[in-house]
Amino acid sequence: MLALVSPALLVILLLIVVPVGWLAWQSIYHDGFTLEHYHRILTEDVYWRSFALTFEISLLVTVLALLLGYPVAYAANAVPRGWSVVILALVVLPFWTSVLVRAYAWLALLQRTGVINQFLRYLDVIGEPLALVHNTLGTVVATVHILLPFMVLPLYATMQKIPNDLMQAGASLGANPAQAFFRIFLPLSLPGVLAGCTMVFVLCLGFYITPELLGGGRTVMVSMLVSRNVELYNQFGAASAVAVVLLVSVLLIFVIVSRFVSLDRVLGQK
Amino acid sequence: MKAKSGLKYGYVLFGAALGLFGLDSIAVQAAGQITFVSQGGAYQQAQTVAILDPSAKKLGITINQDSIPDAWPAIKTQVGSGKPIWDVVDTPTGYCLRGGEQGLIEKLDFSKIPNAAAMPEAYRTPYSASYEFYSSVLAYSQKTFPQNAPNSWADFWDVKKFPGRRALRNHPIATLEAALMADGVAPDKLYPLDVDRAFRKLEEIKPHITVWWTSGAQSAQLLNDGEVDMVMAWNGRVSAVAKEGAKVNFTYNQGILQSTSLCILKGAPNLDTAVKFLNEAIDPVHQANLPLHIDYGPGNPKAFETGVIKPERAAQLPSEPTNAAKQALMSYAWWSSPQGEAAEKRWAAFMQK
Repeated sequence: MLALVSPALLVILLLIVVPVGWLAWQSIYHDGFTLEHYHRILTEDVYWRSFALTFEISLLVTVLALLLGYPVAYAANAVPRGWSVVILALVVLPFWTSVLVRAYAWLALLQRTGVINQFLRYLDVIGEPLALVHNTLGTVVATVHILLPFMVLPLYATMQKIPNDLMQAGASLGANPAQAFFRIFLPLSLPGVLAGCTMVFVLCLGFYITPELLGGGRTVMVSMLVSRNVELYNQFGAASAVAVVLLVSVLLIFVIVSRFVSLDRVLGQK
Repeated sequence: MKAKSGLKYGYVLFGAALGLFGLDSIAVQAAGQITFVSQGGAYQQAQTVAILDPSAKKLGITINQDSIPDAWPAIKTQVGSGKPIWDVVDTPTGYCLRGGEQGLIEKLDFSKIPNAAAMPEAYRTPYSASYEFYSSVLAYSQKTFPQNAPNSWADFWDVKKFPGRRALRNHPIATLEAALMADGVAPDKLYPLDVDRAFRKLEEIKPHITVWWTSGAQSAQLLNDGEVDMVMAWNGRVSAVAKEGAKVNFTYNQGILQSTSLCILKGAPNLDTAVKFLNEAIDPVHQANLPLHIDYGPGNPKAFETGVIKPERAAQLPSEPTNAAKQALMSYAWWSSPQGEAAEKRWAAFMQK
């Protein structure tokens, strides 16, 4: 058995364990052992503000993705099979488009002379164009769009496994559709909710291109600090340390989540 | 032509790969070749026609090309590995200087580089020679300002006299200089920068800045799309969209004249050839050919004396002497100093507040 998986283990070792280990090592070692990079992260406001903003945006994106994604997954689960394929295809299709292209597409939609502002002005709803982009709002809108499939797919997978009989049994015992949904379906779909939320939240923590292009320079997320530190400091360690702190936060989130739901469910097919 | 240089590059890569396994003699056997790195795109294309191909022909060497938008991290990694692949890099002058001070860039022996030795001292550092000039200028929409356009950084800061949306670069370099000029400092009296004063002046304009741009393409696009009415941008980006018909214009008045320079990686595989190439690349005639293909000025001011650049073309270039006189020449020495680095680190905190 071990002999069979050993090529895979070797690949994992070479492509994941070694680079990540090297990354962590650089953050504490440069011509001798040093904690200066971690000291800087703990003492300078810049880091604290960016980490706070990143978690704030990730939380907001997760909530919005859940509110938008749940009804979609529910619909895909409830309609006949042919239609559910169509719905899922529509969810997954943008997924195959480059993140960069989608960011620019949102720019074309949201900017001052963009489609949305021009349409609203044409309807005379607004006098002055709204500031929809080059700020946190634009970043959040585009990020939700990009991460939505990561919410919908785990939700759909979980909902597929909820036996329809349960709802029917509930109805036969006198529950109206709302009661049946809130007391039977929703609780049973919670593992999917948790799985989708974890995926979206964790992926959002590392977002780089979207805030860079749509944030107008004000939305400084952690990933942007990583790239900034490569430029600013003479050692890659300064950037590695930020990456390590982010990685540790992600691992902590997984540890906490794993106490409530099996990690297989978050990451895999089960 | 393209396929050929691709092949050569492939050969270098192959050689480098062999070198990794200790067979480096194979990689260096082909004498008279170098690997040159610039920033790609239309800019590198223009250099190939104006400078690289003629230099290769004249010196009888092979120039392998590579390109990267930001060479700095790659320079650090390559030299840090002890086996750099690149020889000569075209990168913002500040990186040549900083790299030199950190032992990543070779110190130049100007007795072997007569073309650089003949340039004014402000155009070279111990580690590099100017290769081309560009300028951070005040650009504006002609739709918003058909006449009485803003003409100085004081105008840019004057939101009452010049109402409109504004954008600046999300970077302290050139932006601090503009702030100080807006506050009344003369272009030739900027250095050492009064950083506190510059940030105070920036706080003043901050609420009126719609976008802090990060890429050059973005800066011109913002103006073109009507997202902003005035912006600090690089002259070549503005003239490019103007050429495509955008109603935009800019002034060289109080522009910040910046340069990229050529420098050689420490321990470059073909050091001698690299030095020869560096001298050839800043030859006045090759240099004079560059602005015939792209809107950047020659790094060697002697290029204007060759007669290759017609006067009406020269008038459009940032480093043409009359235009240069209206501008502030960036001091890369100051930006590489501890004060400069501290100012750069302060920027992130300024942006987040």
